Amino acid sequence: MPSTLRKALTIARFTLLEAVRTRLLGVVLILLALLFLASLFVQHISVTETTRMQTGFLAATARMAVVFVLSLHVAGSMVREFNDKGVDLLLSLALPRGGYYIGRFLGFTGIAIAIAVLTTLALVALAPGQGLVLWGLSLALELTLVAALALFCVITFAQIMSAISFVIAFYLLARSISAVRLLSVSPLLAPNDWTNRAIARLVDALAWLLPDLDRFTSTAWLVDHTGSLASLGLNALQTLIYGGLLVVAGLFDLYRKDL
Amino acid sequence: MPQRRLASVPRLILGVAPIILAVQVTFAVLQPRPQARAEELTPPPSVGVLRALSLGDPIAFAQLLTLWLQAFDNQPGISIRFLDLDYGKVEAWLQRILELDPRGQYPLLMASQLYAEVPDERKQRLMLDLVYREFLRDPNRRWPWLAHATIMAKHRLNDLPLALRYAQALATHATGAGVPHWATQMQIFLYEDMGEYETARILLGGLLDSGVVQDPHELHLLIERLNQLKDAEKSSKPSKN
Repeated sequence: MPSTLRKALTIARFTLLEAVRTRLLGVVLILLALLFLASLFVQHISVTETTRMQTGFLAATARMAVVFVLSLHVAGSMVREFNDKGVDLLLSLALPRGGYYIGRFLGFTGIAIAIAVLTTLALVALAPGQGLVLWGLSLALELTLVAALALFCVITFAQIMSAISFVIAFYLLARSISAVRLLSVSPLLAPNDWTNRAIARLVDALAWLLPDLDRFTSTAWLVDHTGSLASLGLNALQTLIYGGLLVVAGLFDLYRKDL
Repeated sequence: MPQRRLASVPRLILGVAPIILAVQVTFAVLQPRPQARAEELTPPPSVGVLRALSLGDPIAFAQLLTLWLQAFDNQPGISIRFLDLDYGKVEAWLQRILELDPRGQYPLLMASQLYAEVPDERKQRLMLDLVYREFLRDPNRRWPWLAHATIMAKHRLNDLPLALRYAQALATHATGAGVPHWATQMQIFLYEDMGEYETARILLGGLLDSGVVQDPHELHLLIERLNQLKDAEKSSKPSKN
């Protein structure tokens, strides 16, 4: 094994250890327990399709919550390391910046997978079966993208506030871009008007630059069993491409930083 | 934070970055365009749940919901046809949006001008009935949609009694200063169309006597109409000989 890769794996291991020591997984478990209790309330007040309502609520809120927690963890961990001059120390060793970045990314990916497993387990009692497995795998892919995004943002902005604001805005836009595209081509808006056509093209261009998170981790996979291996495969391909793009962008910024 | 020169970035990264960006754009372009599906229009939750979801800003939330609902409205080839939609669900969503934003006119415009245009009489009636019920909650603001529904009932559904019911509601409830006379006078002409000349004449005479109509041109037109009604009434009565 090349020495840079070995060093990157060591950094990834310490990234995982940091998550354990900062009780990140404990926080996720408490959060999931609270959301499960809230979903019991939803089930209690529903008059029909009670399990479907509970499953939908828990899946949607848990997904949003873990995305937020993971981004905060990535941003907090990186900013702390910058402030403690841990990065300076590491880079003063025989470790290329790329090795450090890849190591951190692999570590955060490991954390994303662990969080996805915990979240999937929280839903086992409500929606067991193939749909849940596909949903869980898709969540792991989505969280991997979020980890790559948060890492890129914190390298670029070097502050928790701006990094997290960007991650949230980006995530919400990526999840809603399909709906925005649908709205932008409505013939009710006079499709022959050049401004409407220009806006529709602009929205299309924006959509091409974003990962289509709308196709990831759909609640319908759990409650209506509409997920398939083909959909998951496309999600995996999107994660590979966009994750790669974010890693390359983050590496570009890290190499240009004057540490 | 100060930055190092571009040359400090490894060439591999500089080379891979545009390639991977091109791959992303190609991948996105190759994906099928998003499409609304009729079955994805689920029944709405209760207004209480929607209020909670609006985070204290029901008007903005209602506007967003309206635009979302509109995404199911597009034409064949682009999205789905109105006709394929479950109108029970559409009606429920429009009602919820109106409950969240009672002053908003958009849902009633959609009901009367878009959803009611489908070639399915049952669905047309469902939408016109929604417009009628919602008109009664705020007649002086929502009269234009019921006026349109009256015309639809007369010319599309060929249901004069239904059109008359709507026109009577307009005359009775839409009494605000902003409501034009033509809207409240619709019932007179419907009575005429139904051959009930006497009722039409009485209503028109009452309107002229009330002094509500002040415009000389409008007065002249209505007096001429009254005379025509009197003639029609005489000619429609059977001869005593």
